[in-house]
Amino acid sequence: MTFQKYLVLAGITVFATAGDALLARGMKELGGVSLHHLSGLLLAILNPSVAGGILLLIAFFACYVSALSWADLTYVLPATSSGYVFVALTAHFAFHEVISPTRWLGIALITAGVGFVAAGPSLTPVPRIDSRDPLSHEVKS
Amino acid sequence: MTEIYAWAAIGLIILASTAGDVLLAYSMKRVGDVGELWKQRGALAVLGRVLATPTFALGLAAMAIAFYSLLFGLSWGNLSLVVPASTSLTFVANAVAARIFLHERVSRRRWIAALLVGAGVILMAL
Repeated sequence: MTFQKYLVLAGITVFATAGDALLARGMKELGGVSLHHLSGLLLAILNPSVAGGILLLIAFFACYVSALSWADLTYVLPATSSGYVFVALTAHFAFHEVISPTRWLGIALITAGVGFVAAGPSLTPVPRIDSRDPLSHEVKS
Repeated sequence: MTEIYAWAAIGLIILASTAGDVLLAYSMKRVGDVGELWKQRGALAVLGRVLATPTFALGLAAMAIAFYSLLFGLSWGNLSLVVPASTSLTFVANAVAARIFLHERVSRRRWIAALLVGAGVILMAL
């Protein structure tokens, strides 16, 4: 794991969290979208918050699939969940929201789970099957 | 009755998002290390290679099904049931699927992590 790869993992968390937040803010600004006026959903893209949120979520997806190209799914997925902790802590320290004891316990469990996985190996060491491909990196077992 | 629909939607979300994640992970392992590929051949080569992998499109389709199932689930069940139940169970389902289909070595460390994160997500939604 290089520093650059940790940056990609951090990108997954930050972009997903910020993208969701912007999207939620934009949709609240627009008000409820009725099922009978689905064209409202298309126009929603014109809202700056919604557009920004979509761009951030595209950045999230790019980081996510890029991480999956060099790390196991069971390594990447728990890492992404640290976003929940990130949001709760931001809400608490920046917006002074009250966090209940059960939520603190949830934060502790997620943090412990992420730490558990991150401390272990990121990729199952198996030799590549298509060894004819010069670009596929071989993993020594 | 609506509870049955909500749980059916939750089941569908778990199934579709697990299938999507496994397909995307499988595709990206076939593509190879994106960072290396980028350095050697450039961004267009990365994009071309990803889009030329058929399982990638299947993975995206599965993700779309999961997203729409979530919308349907939310129309039948409460936000506080559907979201935590589906996300937390997806973590565990993914660990099982990664072991079976991707042959990842899911160590005891990773099982514990999947369970801890799953439980944590439920607690945060309470």
